[in-house]
Amino acid sequence: MPFPSSITPPSQIRLQAVTKRFGPTGPEVLAPLDLAIDPGEFVAILGPSGCGKSTLLRLLSGLAAPSSGQLSVNGHAPGGGDDLAYVFQDPTLLPWLNVAANVETLLRLRRMPAAERTRRRDAALALVRLSDRASAYPRQLSGGQRMRVSLARALALEPRILLLDEPFGALDEMTRDRLGEELLAIHSRQRWTALFVTHSVAEAVFLASRILILAAHPGRIAHDLPIDLPGPRSGETRLTPKYLQLVADISARLRALDPENAASAPASAPVAP
Amino acid sequence: MNSRLLRWCLPFVFAALLLLGWQLLHASLPASRRFLLPDLARIFSAFRDHGPALLSATRYTALTALTGFGLAATLSVAASLLLASSSLIRVTLYPYLMALQMVPIIIIAPILILWVGPGAPSVVIVTFLISFFPLVVNTTQGLLSVERAQVDLFRMGRASRWQELLLLRAPAALPYFFTGLRISAILAPIGALTADYLVGTTTGGKSGLGITALLFSARNEIPALYATALLGCALGFALVAAVSALAWLTLHHWHDSYSASEK
Repeated sequence: MPFPSSITPPSQIRLQAVTKRFGPTGPEVLAPLDLAIDPGEFVAILGPSGCGKSTLLRLLSGLAAPSSGQLSVNGHAPGGGDDLAYVFQDPTLLPWLNVAANVETLLRLRRMPAAERTRRRDAALALVRLSDRASAYPRQLSGGQRMRVSLARALALEPRILLLDEPFGALDEMTRDRLGEELLAIHSRQRWTALFVTHSVAEAVFLASRILILAAHPGRIAHDLPIDLPGPRSGETRLTPKYLQLVADISARLRALDPENAASAPASAPVAP
Repeated sequence: MNSRLLRWCLPFVFAALLLLGWQLLHASLPASRRFLLPDLARIFSAFRDHGPALLSATRYTALTALTGFGLAATLSVAASLLLASSSLIRVTLYPYLMALQMVPIIIIAPILILWVGPGAPSVVIVTFLISFFPLVVNTTQGLLSVERAQVDLFRMGRASRWQELLLLRAPAALPYFFTGLRISAILAPIGALTADYLVGTTTGGKSGLGITALLFSARNEIPALYATALLGCALGFALVAAVSALAWLTLHHWHDSYSASEK
């Protein structure tokens, strides 16, 4: 990605005192929130349900508007630029279109010329290793493959920011791990900025260069932690003491935020061999 | 493969049993009551005896049924687009749409005769009234039953209303449209036949199966009456088969309910 390397790039995503409530008298979903994210960061967002993780992504994508505060994405108000893509919890593929046409859907909405559309579609399908399934229909694919198509559809936009809302949550663990590794490999080549909402501490630690732990009622940032696992990360990374230590540490922090567990002693964390 | 063959055969096996049962029942009745279940041979010879009349009546009923059905299918798309466009329009118009289906045809019939006179136009209007409702209800439902996340996807892609309609809502509504089409395909021929009975004419040889049935029943030609009923059924089956084939061609590659036979 063409970022000037000599100067520090400006924050790509910036939130200043952003709040969100649903309805004029509804409870606050997000307390005043300040956050800055730099280009190329891979930020994982963890937190109990009701902490506003998904709301945060919807605000950034422009699908929802903040109740107050300032929000800028690539220097624009959310929803103003073409450089953001969203990967939903479900693959949300259109079942009547084959894989190739699904990947092209968002490009078609932008009325992109066919040649450019084809180029991007083929590149995105190659990235997720589904080039040979281009003419298959979603119902013929496995859950993991469908999520890959969903990812390819987002990548075909050639985004500078990728918002991922628990994309691998419904997959079995092996598929989930493998997709995580592939996602990281693509990220290391393309260096888009990622905001990845997940419930899995292990997944967050493996993927992220930074983890935000949100607390609920109202949603706020409880911890903002850099994850300094050495790269390139691979399946072996999951076996290193450092990784296991981080997972244990973050699980404990997350558990401490849960009011039902706050009083009791921290449960025994997995110990490194 | 064997079970598939069996599935094809079963309705025919059942038909054979039914005919056999009919014939046995016919033979077991006292001679004076046998006209209630006429000899199958006499029903088949009724086809021959009244061949030209039955053929022309079938053609007339098929034509009026298709016209009313086609009209209903076309206008239902427009009506569904209107209804799906706003919930205010929906709550305003829906009771009237139901009323259209609920007013008994027996009451509409004399009014239609007053308005447009007896004959084909009245028959087509009755057929339309009968087959319109299931189409509109199903298609509107389809246009509205798009997943929230898919709408979000389109909103985020800054799709125009037209793009959302053509690329998302219309294809999503297709299975629902075909469900409505199948129900209406059953109703339309029966509707056209009944309408012919109520608002048809006998002038100029332009009458359908309804008038034909009326005549046969007046002349007490029971076997010919059964032959007329069989032709009405055949029309219904033909239309349903055509619609099912169209639905399969359109949907089998993506919609689960149409692709079971592939496995």
